Amino acid sequence: MATVTYRQPDGTVTVLDVPAGSTVMRGALTNGVEGIEGECGGDGICATCHVYVDHSPVPLPEIDENEGELLDCTSSPRKPNSRLSCQLPVTEELDSLVVTLPATQV
Amino acid sequence: MTGRPIVVVGGGQAGLQAALSLREHGFEGRLDVVCAESEAPYDRPPLSKRFLAGTAGTDDLTLRAPAFLDDRRISLVQDTHAVAVDRADASVALSSGGSLPYDRLILATGSTPRHLPVPGSAHPAVRVLRTVDDATRLRTKLQPGSRVVVIGAGFTGLEVSATARGLGCEVTVVEALDRVIARALSRPVSEHLLRLHRENGVRILFGRQVTALDGVPREAAVEVLLADGTRLPADVVVVGVGVRPETALAETAGLDVADGVVVDEHLRTGDPRIHAIGDCARFPDPAGTGSLRLESVQNATDQGKYVAAFLMGADAPGYTAVPWFWTDQYAAKLQIAGLTTGHDRCETDGDPASGRFSVRCYQGGRLLGVESVNRPADHIKARRELAALRAPAAAAAAAV
Ligand SMILES: Cc1cc2nc3c(=O)[nH]c(=O)nc-3n(C[C@H](O)[C@H](O)[C@H](O)COP(=O)(O)OP(=O)(O)OC[C@H]3O[C@@H](n4cnc5c(N)ncnc54)[C@H](O)[C@@H]3O)c2cc1C
Ligand code: FES
Repeated sequence: MATVTYRQPDGTVTVLDVPAGSTVMRGALTNGVEGIEGECGGDGICATCHVYVDHSPVPLPEIDENEGELLDCTSSPRKPNSRLSCQLPVTEELDSLVVTLPATQV
Repeated sequence: MTGRPIVVVGGGQAGLQAALSLREHGFEGRLDVVCAESEAPYDRPPLSKRFLAGTAGTDDLTLRAPAFLDDRRISLVQDTHAVAVDRADASVALSSGGSLPYDRLILATGSTPRHLPVPGSAHPAVRVLRTVDDATRLRTKLQPGSRVVVIGAGFTGLEVSATARGLGCEVTVVEALDRVIARALSRPVSEHLLRLHRENGVRILFGRQVTALDGVPREAAVEVLLADGTRLPADVVVVGVGVRPETALAETAGLDVADGVVVDEHLRTGDPRIHAIGDCARFPDPAGTGSLRLESVQNATDQGKYVAAFLMGADAPGYTAVPWFWTDQYAAKLQIAGLTTGHDRCETDGDPASGRFSVRCYQGGRLLGVESVNRPADHIKARRELAALRAPAAAAAAAV
């Protein structure tokens, strides 16, 4: 279990306990956090699970070629802290992760 | 339209999306989603991919947690079939014995795998893949060294083949036509997938017909008999010969059914109070003259969103979303924007041998769609390009 904070562009905050083994995308989707579409169910295909990582307690897995290319065509601009949240597996160590959702996904 | 009850039949991707979007649009009335399955709504694509491979669990499939649905007052009537629609009374009869009144009814009943019409197809080693239950049971059969015969080189059959190879199974695919995914893919992409499967050690037999499945009922193994006399011994046979739309309820209700529940551009059946969406619906092709029935997450989700917007708004224009689809096999992520069936010319961008390329498919000079292998940026751009091509057409149609 890890506590993940999802921030909306308007400042609204949702704090969720996401089970280890899940992903930052799935945690948001199942609990209906607005701003995550997750159209491809986490297959790294659709780029509708874009987030900006504000704080991570541990280094995140590296961005692979596929994720990098998808991040280049997200609907909200890519920033240095952009990630696809389906490519972020939740582990106990990830506790206190903070992400901000982009204004748009599609 | 804000207070009267809406009933959704089917708690798959389409039905769930319709319910969620209705609430987002401010629908406040009673909202029931009747679903034959016992699981809360879940993602099907991983069933032949990560879930079958064992790298994703059931938690990774859930679309919305039950607590969230409760919070939105979306009542999931699980483990229950809608068995009849009484249109005069505007109510749906349930297998549990009760019934639900509706002001609007949304049919989102999905589709069901076709079975092989040959002797022996009911043998327990012969499987289809549609539900989380099917996938869980199939997974236990995919052990290193297991002999797997896949019937049908379509998307599901090939994904299962790739996953089974990854788990160390011996895989043979039997296909009646002469190439893989012949109906939905351009030749370069189809050939690329074939090459990948062969490189990964899958045996593919083209132009072969299965005539029977021969096995002692209580024994685990079975033999697949082909028309040319070949016998393929198998520990498990996966039948991937397509699906048929689940239209039984619509038929008994007297609605128009022709390989799908027939709907108009507003996804409305002949009865204006009843809509059909997702895998079960046959709708007018926004880019052509005929009709379409699609089996994809995009179609289910976009039609769910559309029907909610239509029911809550007044005179929305017709449904025009650009179709897209993907499949994942070995290291190849194939994405398709638009529908490329029927193209008369294609242009390949990039070298297929590099494993990263796109194929643009045209008909009479008009772009039908783009198939991209490991080129996600091309895919996203193609979706935008196709949407822009559709926009003026939609505007012109609305002006008529
Ligand atoms: C193994 C597999 C892999 C796939 N991979 C991909 C992919 O990579 N990309 C992609 O885009 N698509 C993929 N798809 C297709 C995609 O999952 C479907 O198109 C989508 O799920 C359709 O959603 P739906 O809601 O229309 O139907 P379904 O998801 O089939 O849901 C319909 C539901 O209605 C229920 N139901 C039916 N009749 C009744 C009744 N009378 N009463 C109550 N309940 C009823 C059914 O039990 C079912 O739960 C895949 C499908 C499968 C099976
Ligand atoms: S959910 Fe589709 S890319 Fe992350």
